[in-house]
Amino acid sequence: MGEREYDAGSYVPPAEVEEMELVHPKTFIGKYIWSQDAKVIAIQYGITATAIGLVALVLSILMRLQLGFPNSVSLIDPSSYLQYVTMHGMIMVVYLLTALFLGGFGNYLIPLMCGARDMAFPYLNMISYWVYLASVLILVAGFFIPGGSTGAGWTLYPPQAINPGTPGVDGGIILMLVSLAVFIIGFTMGGLNYVVTVLQARTRGMTLMRLPLTVWGIFMATVMALLAFPALLVAALMMLLDRLLGTSFFMPEMLSMGETAQREGGSPLLFQHLFWFFGHPEVYIVALPAFGIVSDLIATHARKNIFGYRMMVWAIIIIGALSFVVWAHHMYVSGMNPYFGFLFATTTLIIAVPTAIKVYNWILTLWRGNIHMTVPMLFAIGFLFTFVNGGLSGLFLGNVTVDVPLSDTYFVVGHFHMVMAVAPILVIFGAIYHWYPKITGRMLNDTLGMIHFWVTFLGTYAIYYPMHFIGLEGVPRRYFAYGETTFISDSVQALNAAITIAAIIVALAQLLFLFNLAWSYFRGRESGPNPWHATTLEWQTPHTPPRHGNFGEELPVVYRWPYDYSVPGAKHDFIPQNVPPEEVER
Amino acid sequence: MADSTPRGPTLEPGWKGFVSDWASDQRVFKNVPWGKAMMWIFLLSDIFIFACFLVGYMTVRISTTEPWPDAGEVFALHVGGQNVPLLLIAIMTFILISSSGTMALAVKYGYEKNRRATTILLLLTALLGASFVGMQAFEWTKLISEGVRPWGNPWGAAQFGAAFFLITGFHGTHVTFGVIFLIIMSIKVARGSLATGRPGFLTKRKGRYEMVETLGLYWHFVDLVWVFIFAFFYLW
Repeated sequence: MGEREYDAGSYVPPAEVEEMELVHPKTFIGKYIWSQDAKVIAIQYGITATAIGLVALVLSILMRLQLGFPNSVSLIDPSSYLQYVTMHGMIMVVYLLTALFLGGFGNYLIPLMCGARDMAFPYLNMISYWVYLASVLILVAGFFIPGGSTGAGWTLYPPQAINPGTPGVDGGIILMLVSLAVFIIGFTMGGLNYVVTVLQARTRGMTLMRLPLTVWGIFMATVMALLAFPALLVAALMMLLDRLLGTSFFMPEMLSMGETAQREGGSPLLFQHLFWFFGHPEVYIVALPAFGIVSDLIATHARKNIFGYRMMVWAIIIIGALSFVVWAHHMYVSGMNPYFGFLFATTTLIIAVPTAIKVYNWILTLWRGNIHMTVPMLFAIGFLFTFVNGGLSGLFLGNVTVDVPLSDTYFVVGHFHMVMAVAPILVIFGAIYHWYPKITGRMLNDTLGMIHFWVTFLGTYAIYYPMHFIGLEGVPRRYFAYGETTFISDSVQALNAAITIAAIIVALAQLLFLFNLAWSYFRGRESGPNPWHATTLEWQTPHTPPRHGNFGEELPVVYRWPYDYSVPGAKHDFIPQNVPPEEVER
Repeated sequence: MADSTPRGPTLEPGWKGFVSDWASDQRVFKNVPWGKAMMWIFLLSDIFIFACFLVGYMTVRISTTEPWPDAGEVFALHVGGQNVPLLLIAIMTFILISSSGTMALAVKYGYEKNRRATTILLLLTALLGASFVGMQAFEWTKLISEGVRPWGNPWGAAQFGAAFFLITGFHGTHVTFGVIFLIIMSIKVARGSLATGRPGFLTKRKGRYEMVETLGLYWHFVDLVWVFIFAFFYLW
């Protein structure tokens, strides 16, 4: 490596991919509303996902108010509490995280980082966003219909999800299922685009092993989503028939409201298997893009090549494959065959190996790096903390015998919020601070960013750390109120109040972030094309923000991997991917 | 300092070569148009949908406490004074499999730029597909008139009707969409849009004869799925 840069070569293969046929609209509506430009679609996805995410944030605050200060807000009754739980979970996992990572960052970064002019199928890409918007509107409609949205919990387990007595059984559950089906259709259109673009539309010199890890993470997550969402689609369609036509896919014979329901022979466990066959890969669908992005953030802001690039790629692929055979660890207490628990506990622990490899590699990338404590870097390091914390509590829950007493307690809530809610969200924040200059041409305000980071990061611990202890006491999740319960000590209430106060402070900090986004758009410092001195192709565009077609007249040619930072002998501490070896300043 | 010898595509033996071949420059699948790559990936996703449907069907069939209706009797046609089991479904299956043959020929003539033959074969495929859907509608009507509903039937487990209507309905929808696109494609071929590279009405993508093959992939997939539905529903 001392002799020449890693993976750099001056050979330029002949162009294989023909030029894209781009539609260049002239009108405002064509450019910014019915746009086929992946970058505009990305921002549409981003704004929609953020807006619906704010709704879910408000719902979480309402839940926390009830838990911290019971019955202080008259708006919240047991039914609406369950509705908040359900909508908060579903919105955050599917409509915010999945849509923002794949639809938002995927659309913006894949064509730019691969050196493509646009996605492979721009028209389909545009439709994908509008279908996604429709699914969000259908979901939101649930708030306004009589009976309200569904309160079945985000997992929507039958039979209770469609039995009388559950909130929103009249209309909310129908809208939820329809919205999910529509979301999946829209996502499939977008997902096909991302996969084909990465596989077939890269620029010259851009081999798969020269892709930035961001693209690898988003790519693998998209492949997983294309294979996991079908299970959810099938489950949603079957439950829709159960609810609307009175079929019994998931409905066993049972008593409901003191009468025998007209159902028999269905399998509630079937739904759980279908749901978690989607649900567990879904965890990694939001985690893998975060893994990818955080790798790039750490390498760029530590001015050092990523440690073990090939291992990182393989870890992403192996995690993606393994995540399809661990789903039933969500079902240890469901009554399935106990031998399944043994099998799935084993696979669950195996998946910790590639994940640990990634964590070690991030830390080894930081090791003796020239670390710049920029806001994106702070968020990346914050991610390492919450992810490791959440991952370690995952080891408790992954083992059957330990999981049984902890199942359905606040320990689980603390665990998954640490590992798959806050960790990816921190990466999203870091990514926005990192790429905002490319998207708008202006820097976000650093001071506001620092305040945002520290409040969010410390607040995370203030909120979720106590939940582990509450969970160890056996306090169950999803309860509106606990009343006089012997095994719950009085101090739990004090902790709950503290958590609620922390949650409100963290939520307010997010308003600061939104203000920063808006203020910096008009008043931010001009960033120039490459403020972080990064190597990847999106920073080498002739215009900032990049125009439709991304790269001007000629597509860039790639000569090296994306992590040539602090190369010995080179004049600058970074060599962009499109600089040939003979043009590197020494 | 820098390695000045051009590094062309050399393939190392074994695992490393396998990886570098797959990870190679610009495209993973050489000479595969984007539309075709997209269709393959879509079909992979669709396979998971149908697999989930069939696994769900098998699960409820095992979990239900009522006896499962005898497929041989339920799907029999009354012809010439006696019940012939699986007659209609045999004809439907034959027709759908035949349409795969005409589709394959349409792809062949498409690449030979034989507009006339391609148009006729595409329309013939669409006709076979439409008659399949028509017979499926007839079968549904017959079963409904005999009292089969998604929530129950006269012979046993309620899940029979539920799974039957859901899965054959989902497959029938696939066939119907296929027929619509076959007709659109035959019009494109007939007026020469594929030969001249005329931009599409909505997508503005240039017409190419590869599109016929891409549509063919979808059509063959729909036929293949039918074989599984046929085996699991009518023969089990």
